[in-house]
Amino acid sequence: MSQPFFELHDFKGGIHPAENKHQSTELPVARAPMPSRLVLPLNQHIGAPARVLVQEGDKVLKGQLIASAEGFVSAALHAPTSGTISRIAEHALPHSSGMSGMCIEITPDGSDTWCEHQGLADYRDHAPADLLALIKNAGIAGLGGAGFPSHVKLASSHNKPIDTLILNGAECEPYITADDMLMRERAAEVIEGALILLHILNPERCLIGIEDNKPEAIVALKHALQASTKDAHKIQVIGIPTKYPSGGEKQLIQILTGKEVPSGGIPADIGVVCQNVGTAAAIHNAISKGEPLISRIVTLTGKACAQPRNYEVLIGTPVNELMQHGGIDAGLMQRLIMGGPMMGFTLTDLSVPVVKTTNCLLAPTKKELPVAPAAQACIRCGMCTEACPAQLLPQQLYWFSRAEEFDKAEAHNLFDCIECGACAYVCPSNIPLVQYYRYAKGEIRIEKADKVKSERAKQRFEARTARLDREQAEKDARRAARAEAAAKAQAEKAAAAPQPDGAAPANTASAASPAPVADLEALQKKLDAAKLGVEKSKEKLAAAIAEGSDKAELLQGAVDKAMERMKALATEIAQAKKAAKAAPAAENAAEKSDPNSPERIKNKLELAQSRLQTAQERLSAAKAESSDLIPALQTAVEKQQAKVDELQQALQASLAGDTAAPAAPENPPATGDAFAQQTEQLQQKVLAAQSRVDKAQERLSMAIEQGSDVLDALRMGLDKQQQKLSEAQAALAQHLAAEKA
Amino acid sequence: MSIILIAVLTLTGLSIIFGAVLGFASVRFRVEGNPIVDQIDSLLPQTQCGQCGHPGCHPYAEAIAGGEAINKCPPGGESTIAALADLLGVEALPLDGEHGSEKASKMVAVIREAECIGCTKCIQACPMDAILGAAKQMHTVIADECTGCDLCIEPCPVDCIDLVPVATTLQTWHWQQPLSPEKLIATDAGRGIAA
Repeated sequence: MSQPFFELHDFKGGIHPAENKHQSTELPVARAPMPSRLVLPLNQHIGAPARVLVQEGDKVLKGQLIASAEGFVSAALHAPTSGTISRIAEHALPHSSGMSGMCIEITPDGSDTWCEHQGLADYRDHAPADLLALIKNAGIAGLGGAGFPSHVKLASSHNKPIDTLILNGAECEPYITADDMLMRERAAEVIEGALILLHILNPERCLIGIEDNKPEAIVALKHALQASTKDAHKIQVIGIPTKYPSGGEKQLIQILTGKEVPSGGIPADIGVVCQNVGTAAAIHNAISKGEPLISRIVTLTGKACAQPRNYEVLIGTPVNELMQHGGIDAGLMQRLIMGGPMMGFTLTDLSVPVVKTTNCLLAPTKKELPVAPAAQACIRCGMCTEACPAQLLPQQLYWFSRAEEFDKAEAHNLFDCIECGACAYVCPSNIPLVQYYRYAKGEIRIEKADKVKSERAKQRFEARTARLDREQAEKDARRAARAEAAAKAQAEKAAAAPQPDGAAPANTASAASPAPVADLEALQKKLDAAKLGVEKSKEKLAAAIAEGSDKAELLQGAVDKAMERMKALATEIAQAKKAAKAAPAAENAAEKSDPNSPERIKNKLELAQSRLQTAQERLSAAKAESSDLIPALQTAVEKQQAKVDELQQALQASLAGDTAAPAAPENPPATGDAFAQQTEQLQQKVLAAQSRVDKAQERLSMAIEQGSDVLDALRMGLDKQQQKLSEAQAALAQHLAAEKA
Repeated sequence: MSIILIAVLTLTGLSIIFGAVLGFASVRFRVEGNPIVDQIDSLLPQTQCGQCGHPGCHPYAEAIAGGEAINKCPPGGESTIAALADLLGVEALPLDGEHGSEKASKMVAVIREAECIGCTKCIQACPMDAILGAAKQMHTVIADECTGCDLCIEPCPVDCIDLVPVATTLQTWHWQQPLSPEKLIATDAGRGIAA
């Protein structure tokens, strides 16, 4: 048709290996017999594995969905025939790694019964999005070799203006004739598929590129095009010069449009979408007939194959069963290659199944495709550079990959390599160049994945640290709030206790007092425990020093610490006692308004005396233990003593005032009562002072007996007590004298 | 005389101008923090394992910036040491064996779930928050987030956590480097076929 007027472009590089295509095109496509079992890997495509929808033992019909697409980049899976799900387990996969993966195994029942399915009467009545959904549900993945899910390819180019749709019928790899035979025998299906794709993408034109070594296919397609009545004017069938790898997507686009796909980009970036002719036919079957992708055409060829030809094979057919049927002599073949001689890979396990991307099984003899000779050193001849269709520098990439200088390899555009194998084909030193590139690509991908992972790990770690800090801060804040609340409650209690609460002040006082007493007891207990601890520590320390142990210093530190704690406890106790005594004092103060009344002063005096007493007791105890608290206690005792003296003088002054006042004759009995009470109190005081003096003397004599070093202090205490006694006696005498007067 | 004066004045004027510019720039374009620490941190593997003796990768990065040895990171191994040496312009030392040895493959922690008593000790130890579980409930490791730092192994009271090498999947598998031509002899023909 328009062939003479179409301007073809060329790509740099490329090679012309022996084609070997005629062997398998002599016979028409035959239907392979039903295998004994079908093995369907969940991941026959690029992207996420499909999600299993069936269970072992389930009966399935031909075309029934058995695994659905999981996520966007994924493809569905259908039962290629009716039968029973016999196993869902790991099975060897047709993969260069020779690894295994999850597969669904079906035992055919032989009836090959279709499930209910129906195609669209006219796809033009439907929106492109609906058609994309149908393509997705049909599980169609690129049949050319890469197996990229077709709906993703079509959808991702949807928001970019597409001017050219290219159908790839180049099939440049030697030996393979699957697309050739498809175009010859099913040209109408290919054209119909192209029309559906035109409806979905709405480009200006559709170019079907076919290498000129397939004249029958070109003629068949042109005939089908003429027979078609629809948008056929947009479609052009173009024969292109035979050169490997013109079937590469980027190379075919360059040949047909003269435009280059940018590095790292996709064809849609330059307004082009490329699909394999087999994919187009599968899309036609899915849309117009409602048949999912359950079979494909596979070339069986090579000199070890008795009758090379193409077969329509159910997806999942084990390779060894197909080999048997195709007459491949396992003894004769040197190895079995899935794919072509340039880009295919050797199968190590012949039980692997045919998958959606399997276009050829090549069984060459040793003579036909000899084992590559041992690699020799690179002589920098530069032939690889001339052969490279991607215009890379293969030998530079080789050196970088070999030296593991991956960053440099990447800088030399390693990822633009299409792994066509042209460089290795021309290499006079037989260096397995592509394997080096694949190795380098894999290492770089892993490095990048590690980088991403470590970045995420860092974020997680930082988030965790921040969370722990926040929790700690919250905890501290809560604790502080609790402490504050407790302090406030205590303050309120203390404030409530001395309140002149009407008629029942004594009750509040008695209610308030147990708490400080309890506190006091607890503190005292603590102090005792601390003392005990110090004793023990001291013992240990002495033992350690005696042994000359190196722990002495540590123990000394511990003792010092314990002493400090003891001191702190002692002050606390003193404070608690003060508080405990302040409460009743305050109560008294509230009861008696006159602060200078003799009663009040007397109370104060008693309080001061009792304090003095405790202070002295503590001092003597401290002295007995030869504690380092002595100076502090000594000053406390002196202070208390001064207070007591002061109060006594005040009391005397007050009493003197009182004795003058009740001289009034109006109320002599009351005065007499008061006098009697005071006399009694003074007498009691004298007695108390007497007993104290006795005690002090006793203590002193004991100390003398024991030869204690606190004698002076005790003597001084005794003197003071005696002085106090004489004072009290004097007060009593004075009082009695006043009474008599 | 005037020539000298002019020269002195000119130079004085220039120095004042440049001084002002530099002074302004030092305030305006002040760099917050130490940029070398972040650069070092980005080279460390972020396992946060503490094998270097620091509580995480960032503290070690700070220590390296402060002059500490660069060979205390077993998870990073020789490649990290080489990258650090390259960045800092120092000699690449062999890995300090005192802090552990480099593992051949990446590891991931796996809890033998039947034996887990749900004590949450490993959850508290994990620097990645990669262990899921609650008190008296079975715990499990989120394998994708686990860095294989082995900090969860020791706190486990029933020893139900194993550190296993990460399995190669179809997604992570890649071709290995072919034997270099010099290492091949004639009878090795066929090794490392191109495609």
